[in-house]
Amino acid sequence: MKDKKEIVYVWEFPVRFTHWINVLCLLALSVTGLYIGNPYTLAQSSSQYIMGWMRFIHFVAAYAFLMSIIIRIYWFIFGNKYAGLSEWAPFSGKRIGEIADDLRCYLFCCKRTKAHIGHSALGGLSYLLLLAVFFFMVFSGFALYSVNHTGAVWTVLGGWMTNVMYLQTIRLWHHLLMYAIFAFTLIHIYLVLFTESIEETGIFNSIITGDKFIPEKDLE
Amino acid sequence: MNSKSDDPMHIAPELLESLEKKGVSRRDFIKWCTGMAALLALPSSFIPRIAEAVASQKPYLVWLEYQDCAGDTEALLRATKPTVSQIILDIFSVEYHETIMAPSGFAAEKSLEDVVKNQKGKYFAVVEGSIPLKDNGVYCCIGGKSAIDIVREVCGNAAATLAVGTCATHGGIPAAAPNPTGAVGVQEAVPGATVVNLPGCPLNVENLTATIVHYLTLGRLPQTDRLGRPLFAYGKRIHDNCERRGHFDAGQYVQKWGDEGHRQGWCLYEMGCKGPETFHNCPTVKYNEGTSWPVQAGHGCIGCSEPHFWDSMSPFYGRLPNVPGFGVEKTADKIGAGLAAATAAGLAIHAVGRAVSSGKKDKE
Repeated sequence: MKDKKEIVYVWEFPVRFTHWINVLCLLALSVTGLYIGNPYTLAQSSSQYIMGWMRFIHFVAAYAFLMSIIIRIYWFIFGNKYAGLSEWAPFSGKRIGEIADDLRCYLFCCKRTKAHIGHSALGGLSYLLLLAVFFFMVFSGFALYSVNHTGAVWTVLGGWMTNVMYLQTIRLWHHLLMYAIFAFTLIHIYLVLFTESIEETGIFNSIITGDKFIPEKDLE
Repeated sequence: MNSKSDDPMHIAPELLESLEKKGVSRRDFIKWCTGMAALLALPSSFIPRIAEAVASQKPYLVWLEYQDCAGDTEALLRATKPTVSQIILDIFSVEYHETIMAPSGFAAEKSLEDVVKNQKGKYFAVVEGSIPLKDNGVYCCIGGKSAIDIVREVCGNAAATLAVGTCATHGGIPAAAPNPTGAVGVQEAVPGATVVNLPGCPLNVENLTATIVHYLTLGRLPQTDRLGRPLFAYGKRIHDNCERRGHFDAGQYVQKWGDEGHRQGWCLYEMGCKGPETFHNCPTVKYNEGTSWPVQAGHGCIGCSEPHFWDSMSPFYGRLPNVPGFGVEKTADKIGAGLAAATAAGLAIHAVGRAVSSGKKDKE
């Protein structure tokens, strides 16, 4: 494994930017969301505005999160080949086969022989599923918000959902899927570290710098 | 009655005198008209118009009752301000109401038939209780006819139908899962009829009176939301008009019944109050002569004026619904924490597995 390595610029600025905006937003949304969903008395007097601020931060972070998702989807189209939707969605049989390989690797059935330049097939699929969860969180969040914000914007962003599901059911899933995102985050960080230890491509730093170090034999 | 002066607030003295003769004091009547104008969010110039409209018309009204607990009838009979119920009984010709009418048997049914035949398109129908549709509506029959057959005929020929209480508007408690009788509200049972929904468990009679006053004064039914509920009564969210809202925003919550916060009158959100998802004018109109309403009395809202509240708003004392399939004791947070713990455990096992397998490889 003492191959010569070449620097490849994989994650362009919008990919890194939206990644970290997502991290910040999810952190803010989770902390405030946990309080909103299950508040306890923090206020010393009625003149404080704790829940008010929690909700304000939650709503602002929600808008920022939505913008981040929009930028990332835009970058599906205009980004480099590692940012495209085909890196996430397993369209080809080859890609589906790679998912099986990735799974075997994670279950220690075989050893990963080739470093990934962009996403691994399984990793890409997990981000596609995560995007679906994000979409639900955005729609359900705005559905709850639309209860007292009646306007076309909020109807499109989520108000329509109140015609399909009970408000309380929407609230429940908005709450439950937060835990799914927690679980994803744990697995995500763990597998990045795991992958780094196998591939040694600098994947952990790559989300800051954008560069990965790919062994020459693995460059297509 | 047409002797109007230039004063927009002028109410014809003859009108007031004739009411005095019936035992309704001038003062009470004007107070009542003012209250109605306020409830409907009409300017004070409408007070004389309301007075004239109410005193000059006597529409026919039939009150039909199906699958329910007669709670809305109870609410009507206990209408606040005794003089008002007097006025109402006077402005209306109540031709049919099973609980309070004098005739019985064939005579009672005949009075209903007469109204439908003779006052076609002119009378009001008030429906209380849900209508069962399952098995040809056999689960609720009156005088040998099923509820759905009566409702189709009576509501189909009425000027307007006022569905009172959540049972009549959306099926209510009889329609709660598994809805054994296939109960539905009037709008669903008679899609062609003109229906105004006045949900609540029970409805607030002030809203029923105001809806009728609106019709008599302006000649049309009040504007409604997408659930057919008048906006004057159901246009605002309980949470937004709640007197405890300050405590919600501040961050002061009741955590347990009878705790310090409960005694201080803090927000009931943590105790499962459904005010944030319920639209009704309870906080402003209140009940029993404007004495109180559930939240003021220290109990959270249960969302009784929202469709299917029995299923969708329960548990009434919990913030979130129970997670289906996990048993009633499990809450979302417990499951979420469990999932996170399972993930962490899975990762730990993986890490150990990895250490073991790489150790093996090193030996090779």
